[in-house]
Amino acid sequence: MTLSLRSLRSLRDPILVAIGLVTLWQVLHQIAGDSAVTAPAPTLAHLWEMVGQARFLPHLRETGLAFLQALAISCIGGVLVGVVLGGHRLTGEVAEPILVGLYSVPKITLYPVILLLFGLGMPAKVAFGALHGIIPVVLFTMNAVRNVNRTYLRAGRAMRLTPAQTAWHILVPATLPEIFSGLRIGFSLTLLGTMLGELFASQRGLGFLLMTAIDLHDVKTILAIAVLISAFAVLANAALLAIDRRLHRGATPEAEKT
Amino acid sequence: MISKATIIRTVVLVGAVAALEVACRTGAIQPALVIAPSAMVKALAETLQSDDFGGHVQQTLSAVAIAMTLAIVGGFAIGFVLHWIPFLRRAFNPFLAAYYAIPHFAFYPLLIVIFGLGPAPLIVLATLFAMVAMIVATMAGLDRVPRVLLKTARIHRLSLMQEIWRIRLPAAAPHILSGLKLAVAYSFIGVIAGEFILSTSGIGHEIAYAYDNFDNPRMYALILFVLGIVTTFNMLVWTWERRLARRRGMAS
Repeated sequence: MTLSLRSLRSLRDPILVAIGLVTLWQVLHQIAGDSAVTAPAPTLAHLWEMVGQARFLPHLRETGLAFLQALAISCIGGVLVGVVLGGHRLTGEVAEPILVGLYSVPKITLYPVILLLFGLGMPAKVAFGALHGIIPVVLFTMNAVRNVNRTYLRAGRAMRLTPAQTAWHILVPATLPEIFSGLRIGFSLTLLGTMLGELFASQRGLGFLLMTAIDLHDVKTILAIAVLISAFAVLANAALLAIDRRLHRGATPEAEKT
Repeated sequence: MISKATIIRTVVLVGAVAALEVACRTGAIQPALVIAPSAMVKALAETLQSDDFGGHVQQTLSAVAIAMTLAIVGGFAIGFVLHWIPFLRRAFNPFLAAYYAIPHFAFYPLLIVIFGLGPAPLIVLATLFAMVAMIVATMAGLDRVPRVLLKTARIHRLSLMQEIWRIRLPAAAPHILSGLKLAVAYSFIGVIAGEFILSTSGIGHEIAYAYDNFDNPRMYALILFVLGIVTTFNMLVWTWERRLARRRGMAS
């Protein structure tokens, strides 16, 4: 009983927000008119129609592929580098300010350099997406590894665990919640980076469709694609956030309050 | 005192720049890809003297300044209000949690359609991008005010204003500051990325323009300029934060 009530309540807020946003959209449409903001219903119908078209699919695939590759590099590379930096204190101290500095720099300015290095097309997009996503993953992983409770490691040594056992039974469970938070942020930023990469000097993909729509002043298509990307991002983020919360609840019971 | 890590970091960075210089000078890296760091600095000096440069810099920096101010002030006010009104906060929470998952630049064309070409859509975009970090940080800071401090306030019979001014805000300051830091960085990112993609002026546009014209020296000069300015700004905020933190550490 309480469980179903709780799940109902957890669903209520997002639904309210969604209703609020659609209302806001409609109001904006009333104020600004069709040439600036098309109404929600026709836009969504247009999106539905667009997704059904055969020529839309290659663009979606292009963006999806670029995003998945960039995500794989961000996650795997980020965790590996993070473990190294977290495990070796001095290396971590040397690298951390550089990474933080790189994180807060507008990376779009580096995009031309990446285009020169990787050429136009898929590799540049992947590299740019990964460049966005990898830094938070590294930073979170590094902190997670650094903050592993020394007592656990000492307990492991007392029980004469092999290195593999230590890794599996102590390090992984102790660092997983924090690393997952990093992966969640890395996910969002990789998506942002991939999309940004497609908006500039691109011949295929959702970003390219967006730019074409801008040139044609096709507001309906602009909005439809923006909604599609946002919906994907928000839903994926919600799923990751749910896993994130569960992991954190398991790790530290008091974390639930914060 | 300079720590060992700082020394190693400096050595690593200087070494990387030197290696790049050598690689470019010897021709291991083509000048069509990356130009030598010394050439970048030289190009930067030339670019700084060119006539149209000042206008672009002024435009970009004033857009960043406006967006930053709006984001920090507005974000703080909204975060404060949401903290005091739990109902509103519950309604907005899922939205705030998902906010940075949305690629905002997808909405940039829309802002152009609404606000026209020019600085307005850029400022709106950067403000929206930066403000939520400030909102979240303000709420997080106010949430984490230790209860014992609030009890102390009650014992001293502080009025509500006094309690907010003397207890809540100082206690929340570290979180609010880290939000401020993010807001500064995000304002820069928002404005320059916007200029880069869709604008007819500003530093971001100049970089894209130089890229399109294969004008590598100018492009690298401008990139260096942007990175330099942003890093300097971030360092300033960081130093300020450190000083506050140290004062707090000594006072308590």
